[in-house]
Amino acid sequence: MSCCGVSGGYDFDEVSRLVAARLSAFLKTLRDAGFAVGLQEGRDAAALMAAGYAERPALLRVALKHLFSARKSDWDRFDGLFDAFWLGKRARSRSLTSGSARAANNPSLKNLQDKRSEPAVGESATDQIPSAGGDADEDRAGEGRKQGASRAQNLAEIDFRKMADPEQIAQAHEAAARLAKAMRTHLTRRDLARRRGYRLDLRRTIHGNISHGGVPISLVRRQRKEKPLRLVVLLDASGSMSMYTGVFLRFIHGVLDEFREAEAFLFHTRLAYVSDAMKEKDAGRALDRLSIMAQGAGGGTRIGESLQTFNRWHAARVLHSRSCVMIVSDGYETGDARLLGREMAALAKRCRRIVWLNPMMAWEGYAPEAAGIQAALPHIDLYAPANTLKSLTELEPYLAKL
Amino acid sequence: MTWTECSVLAHRNDMETHPSMKTREEIAQALAASGYIADTELATAISLMQLLRRPLLLEGEAGVGKTEVAKALAAAHGTELIRLQCYEGLDQSAALYEWNYQRQLLSIQAHRGEDADAVEDQIFSEKYLLERPLLAAIRQSQPPVLLIDEIDRADDEFEAFLLELLSDFQVSIPELGTISAITIPHVVLTSNGTRELSDALRRRCLYHYVDYPDVDREARIIMARIDGASASLALQIARMVEGIRKEELRKVPGVAETLDWAAALVGIGVNDLRDQPGAVHETLMCLVKTHEDKSRLSREVADRLLGKVA
Repeated sequence: MSCCGVSGGYDFDEVSRLVAARLSAFLKTLRDAGFAVGLQEGRDAAALMAAGYAERPALLRVALKHLFSARKSDWDRFDGLFDAFWLGKRARSRSLTSGSARAANNPSLKNLQDKRSEPAVGESATDQIPSAGGDADEDRAGEGRKQGASRAQNLAEIDFRKMADPEQIAQAHEAAARLAKAMRTHLTRRDLARRRGYRLDLRRTIHGNISHGGVPISLVRRQRKEKPLRLVVLLDASGSMSMYTGVFLRFIHGVLDEFREAEAFLFHTRLAYVSDAMKEKDAGRALDRLSIMAQGAGGGTRIGESLQTFNRWHAARVLHSRSCVMIVSDGYETGDARLLGREMAALAKRCRRIVWLNPMMAWEGYAPEAAGIQAALPHIDLYAPANTLKSLTELEPYLAKL
Repeated sequence: MTWTECSVLAHRNDMETHPSMKTREEIAQALAASGYIADTELATAISLMQLLRRPLLLEGEAGVGKTEVAKALAAAHGTELIRLQCYEGLDQSAALYEWNYQRQLLSIQAHRGEDADAVEDQIFSEKYLLERPLLAAIRQSQPPVLLIDEIDRADDEFEAFLLELLSDFQVSIPELGTISAITIPHVVLTSNGTRELSDALRRRCLYHYVDYPDVDREARIIMARIDGASASLALQIARMVEGIRKEELRKVPGVAETLDWAAALVGIGVNDLRDQPGAVHETLMCLVKTHEDKSRLSREVADRLLGKVA
């Protein structure tokens, strides 16, 4: 980036080591809070502080907010983090010099040591460890594919709720993640196979005909690129679904990891946007983050209200004409079933297809009698059971047709 | 570490600021002079953009005036605005450069029989190069404002390519060689959030979330943009729009819609919203754009909101 021009002639030693150490501690805090902050940002922040932005906290806060935020959620959280870190819990007055300096010495001393061993490099190294681990994980998943397939076959037809053995559950989780990956590859291959086009590609035509002395004999055409399917998953995390939630979370994690365009939401009595948490490479960590977000899970289900929230706040951003909405729920609505019907109608207008996966559908003697599912059924394009891995696999050809 | 210490240290190391950097107040004034009323945060963002020479990524709902920022910035700098509208399938030949193939073919025919090398040199010269926005932006003598509009509509591949261009500011054309930037443009990217942008691009940019303006700022925007809008009318319109935004609408009206509405009201000679509730209701079509919203914003609701405005 060109900002090197500003910071390049400028040496870290110029800023007091204390400021640098404190700043790097702040960067660490931000990284822990999920901000994507690199070395360049740190250097720019130091440049800003040296350029006089440090004189007023409010000004520095706004400046760093622009520099460090990368999305709306960062933008909204930044002020709180900044105040907590730099200004203490309650805004400390400037006159408290001696007391606060001593208090701040402890963390900064520790950071000073970090800094001596190149804080920048040190921190990037720790950053890379988890990602390297993630890569290794992927490799392992690739290696294990063959042997995993045979194992998965035994598992494929067992209902998730009947899996009691933790090992079996872990295998089911892995299989779900693999399945998501396989779906993705199949879907993209179909996209790449198109060759016939509607207009001439002059650049390629001329290049391809150099051997004919520039006389265009064989023509190259071009075709508008196929837009990949976008998958939006709404997962019911209520009490009645608790036996299935784990496996589906794992499946969604795999889908988000592999699909180019996928979004995930979790709902019980309210709706939570979980794509960001799910994008964590490590599935275990992603699930941990989710369990925090799923607070209140295990209670009743307000599908209608959750859908209303979705339609109102998220649909415009998340859905387009090539979107498939996948709702995973048992349809036991504790709220108003009519509201659910209305919101389903609104949702059906916005997206291409609605798939409703109901794990209970495969239970013996199950009939869709719950008021919720009755209200939703007219708007659903595919209503399918999803209680085994096999039933999940069977969805793929359907999704590929979109 | 306290603020006092921080600032003392900062002074000691008194770093040179970039020569072209103006104070935030000057930036806000310059933008206001070209018809954009900026809040202090945006002014800070622009001053940072000049100080750190980073691109500025603007996100926000449709119609809050993201594109206008770039236009006003260009006007304030007195430079050209080069706009690249992104769309799905946008590729290098539409964004960067393209050879003028038809002309090249004609030229080959015309120079048939001449020395092949000479012909080749000629047809791969600047004369046959079609400049597209990105190439044009780095070849200006005065740094222009490069607006990359709705980057979220372009594909991932284009985003990656853009990232490369924004870091090096040079373009290599195989037949012609590498073209380095003469000046580095002020880059403004806007996004509506229809697709999640890559972390790499986000990290490289300064981020600013453009929100709906508050009543005071919206009133000032109306006064700056609409001739003949009095201060009291502008304030009433801004309050009314704020009320409407709080209603549960499918499509929340943006600043552009507010300006349309203000222009409509001024055009039919309304000076005070309370005097002509009928006219207010009839012109609401400037603000609400779906049938559902229209029925939700019934006469009664409009009158209730109007009552609050007074």
